[in-house]
Amino acid sequence: MSTPSEAGTMSARSTAVDMRARREARTTIFRRPRPGETVIQLFLLFCGVLSIFTTLGILYVLGSEALLFFGSGLVDLGEFFTAPVWQPQAEQFGIMPLVSATLMTTLFSMIVAIPLGLGAAIYLAEYAKPQTRATLKPILEILAGIPTVVYGYFALTFMTPLLRGIFGQNTVSIYNVASAGLVMGIMILPTIASMSEDALSAVPRSLREASFGLGSTKLEAILKVVLPAGLSGIIAAFIVGISRAVGETMIVALAAGAGPCKLYGENASCFQPFGAAETMTGHIVRISGGDLSYNSIDYNSLFAIGLTLFIFTLVLNLISRWITNRFREVYQ
Amino acid sequence: MSDLLTSVPEDKPMSLMPDEVVFRRGLAGRHLRGRVWKIFFMMAIVLALLSLVALFLNVVNSAAGLIVVQYNIDPAEVVPNGDLAAATAEQLAAGIVEYEPNRALVLIRDNLSSVPVDQFSASTMSQILGTHLYPESAADKTPRDLEPEERAAILAQNLSVDVMKQFISDDIIGLNVLETHSLFESIFDRAAIEEHFAAEFDPATTRLEFRLWLRPSFLTSGQSSDPVLAGIRTALIGTIWIVAITVLVAFPIGVGAAIYLEEYAAAFGNINTRFGRFMQWFNRFIETNVRNLAGVPSIIYGLLGLAIFVRAAAEFTSGRFVGVTDSNGRTIISASLTMALLILPVIIINAQEAIRAVQSSIREASYGLGATKWQTIWNQVLPAAMPGILTGTILGMSRAIGETAPLVIVGASTATFLDPNGPFSSFTALPIQIYQWTARPQAEFRAIAAAAIIVLLVLLLLLNATAILLRQYFRRKLQT
Amino acid sequence: MTENGAHAFELQGVNIYYGSKMAVNDVNLMIPRQKITAFIGPSGCGKSTVLRSLNRMNDLIPGARVQGGVFFGGQDLYAENVDPVEVRRRIGMVFQKPNPFPKSIYDNVAYGPRLLGVRGKAVLDEIVERSLKGAFLWDEVRGDLKKSGLALSGGQQQRLCIARTIAVEPEVILMDEPASALDPIATQAIEELMKVLVQQFTIVIVTHNMQQAQRVSDYTAFYSIRKKEEQGGVENRWGILAEYAPTERLFTNPASEETERYIRGEFG
Repeated sequence: MSTPSEAGTMSARSTAVDMRARREARTTIFRRPRPGETVIQLFLLFCGVLSIFTTLGILYVLGSEALLFFGSGLVDLGEFFTAPVWQPQAEQFGIMPLVSATLMTTLFSMIVAIPLGLGAAIYLAEYAKPQTRATLKPILEILAGIPTVVYGYFALTFMTPLLRGIFGQNTVSIYNVASAGLVMGIMILPTIASMSEDALSAVPRSLREASFGLGSTKLEAILKVVLPAGLSGIIAAFIVGISRAVGETMIVALAAGAGPCKLYGENASCFQPFGAAETMTGHIVRISGGDLSYNSIDYNSLFAIGLTLFIFTLVLNLISRWITNRFREVYQ
Repeated sequence: MSDLLTSVPEDKPMSLMPDEVVFRRGLAGRHLRGRVWKIFFMMAIVLALLSLVALFLNVVNSAAGLIVVQYNIDPAEVVPNGDLAAATAEQLAAGIVEYEPNRALVLIRDNLSSVPVDQFSASTMSQILGTHLYPESAADKTPRDLEPEERAAILAQNLSVDVMKQFISDDIIGLNVLETHSLFESIFDRAAIEEHFAAEFDPATTRLEFRLWLRPSFLTSGQSSDPVLAGIRTALIGTIWIVAITVLVAFPIGVGAAIYLEEYAAAFGNINTRFGRFMQWFNRFIETNVRNLAGVPSIIYGLLGLAIFVRAAAEFTSGRFVGVTDSNGRTIISASLTMALLILPVIIINAQEAIRAVQSSIREASYGLGATKWQTIWNQVLPAAMPGILTGTILGMSRAIGETAPLVIVGASTATFLDPNGPFSSFTALPIQIYQWTARPQAEFRAIAAAAIIVLLVLLLLLNATAILLRQYFRRKLQT
Repeated sequence: MTENGAHAFELQGVNIYYGSKMAVNDVNLMIPRQKITAFIGPSGCGKSTVLRSLNRMNDLIPGARVQGGVFFGGQDLYAENVDPVEVRRRIGMVFQKPNPFPKSIYDNVAYGPRLLGVRGKAVLDEIVERSLKGAFLWDEVRGDLKKSGLALSGGQQQRLCIARTIAVEPEVILMDEPASALDPIATQAIEELMKVLVQQFTIVIVTHNMQQAQRVSDYTAFYSIRKKEEQGGVENRWGILAEYAPTERLFTNPASEETERYIRGEFG
């Protein structure tokens, strides 16, 4: 036990030390180590770098499994790009039937999405009153937010019967490229509309006024001045749309067909709009949804298809970004 | 406007413009073209809206309607109202014992017995049932001596509702959907359906009834190969697990990456050294990379998840390292990690925009008060950016709820009938369920697919409503 | 006010509204043909708004509304059967910021004539040459008509816009502060060009630069602002035509004290 006076001096002394320390801390302006902040910065750096690991992971996985596929001795690159069928059971691995089906569905989707998407964008950007636009845009966003499996259901249970009703049961098969493609077009329409509308809205008002000042009608101002001025942004929108269509899976998996078509030769079936044909994505989903053992040629082949698909979409996305960046330079 | 003609001054050089008559004629054509194209532009919007309406109506149309069903025994005699799906365990057990008293014992033997099959009939219930629940009075009886009430009680207390429903449906009622009609057909063409029913079916064994495929029991029932009994409980629980873990993983990492890119990357770039220039290049590379990842098709993420999480990391994702033994890598955690990678770009890009929109005066004020960089970010920047960050996160969640292809690749080949009970369970999810049901050719499966789609869309709607409410809440909080 | 009856425009009791808000009140004005008329006044006085009502450019602004009579050669421009497209083809406009289309110089000038249906290459060539000469730009660009209009300097761009406007042979050219974005040398070029153009066209120019109005215009309209306190402390402001006279007289012997204070630079 200490006497009260002792305790008093103790505390007084410690207070004095404390004060000096605090005064020092307040007056020093030298860098102090902050271990907490360093840990946080390292974590943030990790978060940023993770995206690079994701890309590397995708490249590694697709690349290494595709190498196993080509190293299996069952397929060589020449056959891969020229064989008319993809029939793993018969050890025939021609990617072109799958690619052609992908291109067919993409073509159909663009027949819908490009004119309607651009038309909708022009209406929203140039004609619609502010309130109309404020109502219509969220509705288009709903269309963009619907899960693709729901569109797949729509294709199979609405579009296909509709097409069969119009063109006849014998012409249109239950699974067909046209139905999947058209519904895919509806799905992509909002993307193209919204990106194109941004491009059109970025065209300065003064250009429209200049055109009107020369005695143009509204349509002439739009077609001859606004569209050309926003063209690069609009083309970028189209390319993003195409890339979405190439990578889209559930619609084609449900509605386009459950088996690869035959590209050429007897009974060639790849270029029939109302015939069934399995796309790259559709094939991957169907095969991986079944019983799949690792280290089989089936398993490896999925990654070879995936790599082809990845290259397709990567190239498209890079082109679109390149165009968008050039377009920014013009208007800033 | 003929008066305008007179106002043309005479002392002009010779005009190269078309004369008035040509101009007027041309003008009429130009206006006509303008009107025609305007109609086309408007039609584009109208068609988009019509597609949306058609999509919704098409789903609703399939989710209810008249069906022709066939019974061996009228379900109304087995369970109250004949509504099997809504019946309680007690009601189901009573029904089984009443109609198939001996098969009730078989059910006990196959599902609950802990004694060898050849000793089953000679054992007492306490031996057979071990730790299972049973009425006191039954303890010393052999199976054959059990009173009907005791049999029913044992079934009701121990067997799952789904097993009993399946049994009643398959082995007692023998319920069989013979024909399915859509909702609009059932409303507008009811007479024709009834006529057709009267002509084609035997009213003694079949019945025409109106069925709402989306019903409470649809949400609470587990999986079944019988569309009448099938429900989405298992799939719904799977979806909730997946989305929850996905967000737990993707939110901190996504926001962290956004903070790094917006708040720290710029500081590195200011250094006028080779390292600074390298970091500048590196950060731009990350940005470009994030944007490219946003454009990678979801199915590619599925393949990534299959190779990395399901296969390479099976030791972790199967849960073997914590002692889970009955699963491979096709688990909820694999699906969630895959989904997290998929939605990361969405979260990063939105969070970046939100952080960028925070006024720099807020940061300067905080630095001016002596806060460190992280204190400034944590106390000032993040709260101000939170509405935008949350919106982006909910956008990502919506994507994770509806995304199907990666889930099919990561996990669908494991058919599971059990509710998931943790991150290392095998799973099914709502969109997978929709995909599998839609892919079946029978109309009944299309009908329950439609019902599941409605559930999925309502979930998305709730999520987006939450986003709007949260945004308003944060905005109000920031203002006060 | 004018020596003869040759008026291009006659404005009678013109009120202009944006939505429910009045922007300009009760403008009465006669604008003579083949003269340069300048609109001056402090910012917010509605001079640009009046100018844009002369070729119905205000139609393009949602909610804008013109009341009263705007007569062009005796015809009410806002009458039911009047086509704004035809109005604008006859009454051209040059804007504050040079706004060439992102097209070649040639296509910029040929844009208007092509709209009107001129197709032959020989005719278009002649129109382009004549218009560029008319805008004093020909000598500078004759070698590369394929070059983008955006590649020209600011002053050249504005002269390209004038060439583009005169290519469709309008009767009137409205100029909305055409030199405000240009340097003094380019401004001088535009002013000299105006003095030549006025031999063929009626010109109405909005300017915030009183010296410019003094240098180039024959008549000057001075607009001013009126304010009124509404309930709730909201201040309502609108523009009026305060004084209109031959430029010489308005600047040497203004009728109102307000004009005098403005031209002495005491407000605005």
